[in-house]
Amino acid sequence: MAEKGKKVMVTVRKAPHGSIYVQESIEVMFIFATYEMDLSVVFLDDGVLALHAGQDTKGLGIKGFMASLGALVDWEVTKVYVDRQSLKDRGITEDAIIAIGKDDDSGAPIRPKVLDGAEIATMMAEQHSIVSF
Amino acid sequence: MLHTINKSPFQNSALENCLRLARDGDVILLLEDGVYAAAVGTVKSSLIEQAVRRHAVYAIEADLKARGLDKLVKEVRIAGYGDFVDLVEKHPVHAWL
Amino acid sequence: MIISILVLEGPYNHEASDSAYLFTQAALAKGHTIRGVFFYDDGVYNATKLMDPPQDDRHISKRWSELGATGIDMVVCIAAAKRRGITNEVLAPNIRISGLGQLASMIHESDRIVTFGD
Repeated sequence: MAEKGKKVMVTVRKAPHGSIYVQESIEVMFIFATYEMDLSVVFLDDGVLALHAGQDTKGLGIKGFMASLGALVDWEVTKVYVDRQSLKDRGITEDAIIAIGKDDDSGAPIRPKVLDGAEIATMMAEQHSIVSF
Repeated sequence: MLHTINKSPFQNSALENCLRLARDGDVILLLEDGVYAAAVGTVKSSLIEQAVRRHAVYAIEADLKARGLDKLVKEVRIAGYGDFVDLVEKHPVHAWL
Repeated sequence: MIISILVLEGPYNHEASDSAYLFTQAALAKGHTIRGVFFYDDGVYNATKLMDPPQDDRHISKRWSELGATGIDMVVCIAAAKRRGITNEVLAPNIRISGLGQLASMIHESDRIVTFGD
């Protein structure tokens, strides 16, 4: 969908699996991407843990959202960002965060773009609406 | 931007997270358990004591009263829900849940 | 100003539903338009007519229904509702179940959206 319409941001600040917020926020992202809005997604604070490599919820009997997260780009959720400080505080290196899609030509993984807090704050200030989880 | 904080600062870092990203001119509104951050004499009072130097900070009166809080950081402004609405009219909102 | 409200928590367990309601009432009192209230995550539990709180305490689904009766669009997300067993059979009056697209529409048609959650 073209990037027309209002600038809308979804922020994800909770850890995955201990609550459903991350999973249900992804469902919001999928739907929003089909509507006429300029959608950005920011993983911040504990939300960056949703991008931690090697998550496997099978042992919990929980379906989880990992497949959906890996398909964000396929669903046209392309403006996806993650906070540098939040990753650092949690010992996650920037190259270890999971992919949200694959480049069509090279097959290389596409990862969320790592931003500094000030860049995220600037982006937030440009939004028409922010939905937070 | 209007930043809303609704969790107690003693067990939730939302206020600290917010203050890291809040820009000059942004407004902070404390509601629900977030109003505990406005109390003086706590280990977390310094968060709001510093915040008021850069931001207008409001606390919802009904939430303060519900919790018996009346000794607040001096510069915190007591707000009714009508004031909350007025703030939303001026600023897009980010809720730090 | 046209405002939409997003409620992410269920009634009584968290204050979110109360804060959302008080905000909505204050906005209406000031003459603003509420484009809609959207219930997501556990917020869908706000919409059950089976709620039976003590008589001397607020009845949360009734008062959302009353707001809906004034013409405000009260929408429960179908995906979140199905997960949690909130069906048309248990829905309080003047509240409807629909898709997340309604949240997108609310945002599109509003000046502001305010999120109430945990």
